[in-house]
Amino acid sequence: MKNVKKILATLLIATLIVSVFVSCGKKDEAVVVRYLNFKPESASIYEEIAKAYEEEKGVKVIVETAANNTYEQTLTAKMATDEAPTLFQINGPKGYANWKEYCKDLSNTELYRHLTDKSLAITVDNKAYGIPYVVEGYGIIYNNAIMEKYFALSDKATDLTSAEEIVSFEQLKTVVEDMQKHKDELGIDGVFASTSLKPGEDWRWQTHLANIPIYYEFQKNNVDLTSSDTEKINFEFSDQFKNIFDLYINNSTVAPTTLGTKIVDDSMSEFALGKCAMVQNGNWAWSQISEVQGNTVQADDIKYMPIYTGVEDEAGQGLCVGTENFYCINAKATEEEQKAAEDFIYWLYSSDTGKDFVTNKLGFIAPFDTFEESETPEDPLAKEVLRWMKKDGVTSIPWNFTIFPSQTFKDDFGAALLQYAQGTKSWDDVKQLVIDEWASESAAAKS
Amino acid sequence: MHKNLKRYFPVFALPTCAAFAMAFLIPFVMGIYLSFTKFTTVTNAQWVGVQNYITAFTADNNFINALWFTVKFTVVSVISVNVIAFFLAMLLTRPMKGTNLFRSVFFMPNLIGGIVLGYIWNLLINGILSYYGVDITYSAKYGFWGLVVMMNWQLIGYMMVIYIAGIQNIPGDLMEAASIDGAGPVKTLFKITIPMVMPSITICTFLTLTNSFKLFDQNLALTAGAPGRQTQMLALDIYNTFYGKIGWQGVGQAKAVVFFIIVAVIAFLQLYLTGKKEVEQ
Repeated sequence: MKNVKKILATLLIATLIVSVFVSCGKKDEAVVVRYLNFKPESASIYEEIAKAYEEEKGVKVIVETAANNTYEQTLTAKMATDEAPTLFQINGPKGYANWKEYCKDLSNTELYRHLTDKSLAITVDNKAYGIPYVVEGYGIIYNNAIMEKYFALSDKATDLTSAEEIVSFEQLKTVVEDMQKHKDELGIDGVFASTSLKPGEDWRWQTHLANIPIYYEFQKNNVDLTSSDTEKINFEFSDQFKNIFDLYINNSTVAPTTLGTKIVDDSMSEFALGKCAMVQNGNWAWSQISEVQGNTVQADDIKYMPIYTGVEDEAGQGLCVGTENFYCINAKATEEEQKAAEDFIYWLYSSDTGKDFVTNKLGFIAPFDTFEESETPEDPLAKEVLRWMKKDGVTSIPWNFTIFPSQTFKDDFGAALLQYAQGTKSWDDVKQLVIDEWASESAAAKS
Repeated sequence: MHKNLKRYFPVFALPTCAAFAMAFLIPFVMGIYLSFTKFTTVTNAQWVGVQNYITAFTADNNFINALWFTVKFTVVSVISVNVIAFFLAMLLTRPMKGTNLFRSVFFMPNLIGGIVLGYIWNLLINGILSYYGVDITYSAKYGFWGLVVMMNWQLIGYMMVIYIAGIQNIPGDLMEAASIDGAGPVKTLFKITIPMVMPSITICTFLTLTNSFKLFDQNLALTAGAPGRQTQMLALDIYNTFYGKIGWQGVGQAKAVVFFIIVAVIAFLQLYLTGKKEVEQ
């Protein structure tokens, strides 16, 4: 009897331990696509896509989503596991530098063949390592209803009659400052939505707005963006950056000293609630406007204006159009897994079901020739971006911020902008910090 | 029976040992190894020797600044947390009504997670500072004292509970003897109470010291280093080095190893020093 008990106990313990280990080490044998998604706001749509793909093609797609602002962290952690993503994304040349050992050459894939503008891809020595899957644009979003109200005023300080006519920084400045004076009549708290400068919420300025002076500087000096000449800048257009930045913070819904508490959502909801007339953001922000409770902005009234900063001949300047979303396929995955990932992204951007998801659910402007003219997203911001891209005599500004040296550079730049807004740092110090950190962070990335 | 236990020792100890090895020993050894390499993911590393350690100290002043800020913060919060917690414990061991209620209330902040706590205090402090037209990112002073206040709020209840246990363990006859011998309240406090609760003091200073030194989530949520990197503590600096700079994962890892050594040395030193003062009951 005693023996039976003993054996039973040992067996029980053994099964317990074994079951723990077995459940840890379980592995699927069938080939699957593992996608690490960058956009948390689209997580549920990707789940639907995965379901549709499995129904149509019988291949399982496992979508994992990194929480906001943690893509690099999540990717770093996942890459070291047995269940590493086979399909992931990088944010441009800098992301490629970090992940190059994991990026497979994609120049022979179907999807790359259909890419309309090959210069958008991440290419090294004629090999494509990252395929852009969405084109996005940003500029100053304005609420035309409020603008019309302003232009109807009898004592306005400008001859312009509509926001469409603004084609330079000077005009923008006159209009904005005059609007700020008339803010009570217009029923707004300020012209611009609050300039969100809370750490981690400052990317609209240290990345997107900074793109413009850097673009002009590289263009003026004919800098080859793939060469090492990008490792140093003089921030020659810092005055232009200051122009627009001052305009943003001084004609806003809130005082410049309180900007350290503001987040992007605050700005977008101010715009959606009609408390301000303008906000700088990209077409991805549509859901942040439309989903705000008590939204007063009509879809037809939402328009885009390029970010004028006061450089010469800026009438021909368009929106900033580009991407920082590039598909990569894990070079360390098995050949079957790589093939499965290739098939999946090609299906998503070429089959009718896939394309429907892309344009109507994800709201992407897709840079592939598998899409017809009519297959574009319906939301007002995306439509405006497309309108500006096609506009005669206007050139879009590419997204040069993908070659900004590092996140540390951006964070420190953003922190300096906040200190400038609070009045504790002079503009010269901000400018110097940008120049110095650009050089030191570029050097650090190489070592 | 004793023999039986010995025979089954491996069976009973195995799960714990395995968990300890998987969750602590292996990552720890790997971490030290990785600090000597350049790597993107932990399974793909290249040996570079001590270069990472040199870079950590020489490339910029971030690590040194963070270390200095952390030390200042730790000194201030260890003293304030322990002094306040001790006096609360003294107060709440007196015979009066509602002590249990107060004990629970003071202990409660400790049950809230660090990130949530950081955001709550961020809102509170900014709410007050907004009357003066500024916020917590305006000056490093605000960030520093904000962190100290939050740390106190979180840890005082926990330390208080430990001190209460210590004070309640002091034999009543000792106190009685002291009062018969004519010792006043101050003398009793320094000659009887404090020496008798020395084990609690050891454990409380250890906990506050290591917790303050390793502070991460509260720091991230409350100030995230603003203004600039002036309120960035060591753990946050390591995190930012690891993820904020391309190819600097190894340097972040090297900083983490240095960080571990500092925490371990300080903790052992403190345990040794306060442990020496403990008396036998």
